[in-house]
Amino acid sequence: MAQMTMIQAITDALRCELKDDENVLVFGEDVGVNGGVFRATEGLQKEFGEDRVFDTPLAESGIGGLSIGLALQGYRPVPEIQFFGFVYEVMDSISGQLARMRYRSGGSLNAPVTIRSPFGGGVHTPEMHSDSLEGLVASQPGLKVVVPSTPYDAKGLLISSIRDNDPVVFLEHLKLYRSFREEVPEESYTIPLGKADVKREGKDLSIFAYGAMVHESLKAAEALEKENYSVEVVDLRTIQPLDIETIIASVEKTGRAIVVQEAQKQAGIAANVVSEITERAILSLEAPVLRVTAPDTVYPFPQAEAVWLPNSKDIIATAKKVLEF
Amino acid sequence: MASKKGQQFDPVANLHEIEEKFEMFQILNEEGEIVNESANPNLSDEELVELMSRMVFTRILDQRSISLNRQGRLGFYAPTAGQEASQIASHYALEKEDYILPGYRDVPQIVWHGLPLWKAFLWSRGHFVGGQVPEGVNILAPQIIIGAQYVQTAGVALGMQKRGKKAVAVTYTGDGGSSQGDFYEGINFAGAFKSPAIFIVQNNQYAISTPRELQTAASTIAQKGIAAGLPSIQVDGMDPLAVYVATRDARKRAVAGEGPSLIETICYRYGPHTMAGDDPTRYRTSDTDSKWEKKDPIVRFRKYLTEKGLWSEEKEAEVIEKAKEEIKAAIKKADEAPKQKVTDLINIMNEEMPANLKEQYEIYAQKESK
Repeated sequence: MAQMTMIQAITDALRCELKDDENVLVFGEDVGVNGGVFRATEGLQKEFGEDRVFDTPLAESGIGGLSIGLALQGYRPVPEIQFFGFVYEVMDSISGQLARMRYRSGGSLNAPVTIRSPFGGGVHTPEMHSDSLEGLVASQPGLKVVVPSTPYDAKGLLISSIRDNDPVVFLEHLKLYRSFREEVPEESYTIPLGKADVKREGKDLSIFAYGAMVHESLKAAEALEKENYSVEVVDLRTIQPLDIETIIASVEKTGRAIVVQEAQKQAGIAANVVSEITERAILSLEAPVLRVTAPDTVYPFPQAEAVWLPNSKDIIATAKKVLEF
Repeated sequence: MASKKGQQFDPVANLHEIEEKFEMFQILNEEGEIVNESANPNLSDEELVELMSRMVFTRILDQRSISLNRQGRLGFYAPTAGQEASQIASHYALEKEDYILPGYRDVPQIVWHGLPLWKAFLWSRGHFVGGQVPEGVNILAPQIIIGAQYVQTAGVALGMQKRGKKAVAVTYTGDGGSSQGDFYEGINFAGAFKSPAIFIVQNNQYAISTPRELQTAASTIAQKGIAAGLPSIQVDGMDPLAVYVATRDARKRAVAGEGPSLIETICYRYGPHTMAGDDPTRYRTSDTDSKWEKKDPIVRFRKYLTEKGLWSEEKEAEVIEKAKEEIKAAIKKADEAPKQKVTDLINIMNEEMPANLKEQYEIYAQKESK
């Protein structure tokens, strides 16, 4: 088994699928010769040719429309939106068109498109490069939204997304691309969409998180363990649809929960998780379910992002409120 | 390098020069006379009669659809009268393997491409069976978002190119649609990939109420194609022969690997934008209406065919009668479709129903069983 960073695991997943299925096409801005601005498609054009891996003109809506049209010709497009902050340019293609292909065709057509896109803060980007806009797409019926937090998960989830016969938005946190390596099998494998993963087991509190916040939550859990709190960390992995079964099982076990998201409080996946818990497990709860989120402002100028972004200290503080309620 | 006075590049003169080159292409004039013999496609007698029959059918379909809408027997409807040459003659130049991405006014083309009429009526009523594309029919249901079909056309065309198909993707929008970003992104993508696509703009002079001259400073919409490297033409959209030839030639270039084309058809919609309350008297005068009615595609084609001894009042009456019968039968069939349910919709949203929808399915199944 090889040690891979998340970006390497993503490239590897694309390579596996390009190899396995001749209908898989990888395209976007600068994904060809350049291998993508983050090198997610490094070497793929050389290996699979310009017919399968290609650059497009610089227009996100065009890339979205191109994906839909290619899907109608039996392809399995894997377009890249260079930064998810640019998603506003392609919102109609995603939410207005892709997500509605089955609806609009009365179930006679489908669009197996996987839109990959980097997002997330902490790396001092210019404006519109770090925003957590997953809530926008997660609120659109007809889409699945996947956010991996580890190299192993990234590869398995991306392969599942590409093989899914419905559209998937696959969001890759910028800060996780090269933050650590782990063992990733070189062969193809899948991780089911819609399944959360208990990254750390615990008895006193459940923390639900996704993306980079999984790691902040794990840090917090370790710190809390030193204070004799046993904390469970559940990585949602797919934020639409949510794995309600795993969420509820965890809450029924611990009786206390917090939900962590990098996005603003008003822009939330966390609110959905809290609602599911209160609707389904209120009698198991020993304390209110609280959220750790960014404040309800636009994503800040880079000089303020360290404070703006939720971190393990914020998580510990909120966790204690719930643990000591 | 310094240029001498008078030899400097003159962007204003250059613009005028380009714009002047976009003359409206016409073959058959308002009087039904061939004015451009060298461009005459010389369709066979049978083809001429078929094209005329389809236009007459489509005019009757429009009249019946408007009255069915008024009776509450159809839902959303965007009238087509006046646009028969633009719609039907462009479609007549296509082949079955070509793929059509229509706008919401382009129902006739997809019906002639193979969508059963009763399904088109169900689509109008908002029944999901209306959007179901029959196997082997290369169409999408009409697009509601103006311009979205343009970017998708670039994708279908690229897919056809990659598959090595000798076919084209064809899309339609209006003069208003040509102001959308997706219009430009669509033609630009298809141009950059040199994909087999035909982009048709039916310039019917008004985007709901907004007149053509408020859409753009460009003197023609056709010239917008030049910016994306597309061979582009402005045709008399009330002249079936000119529309046919422009589309036929664009198709030839596309399947020969020469890339996409843009066609602007100058036409007019006699009716309102849609049947949902638009009142054209707020933005058009009856003088304008009657000026355009004199250019009517069916009137001029009738003259041309009658002169050639190919058409008669009896023949037209026969086509009208047949159209009425087919429309009646299609409405009857549409009436037989089961009432659409929320549970049907929940069923078709995903390949595999997620847990949240499974729960909601139960709730609506119970509601709808009452």
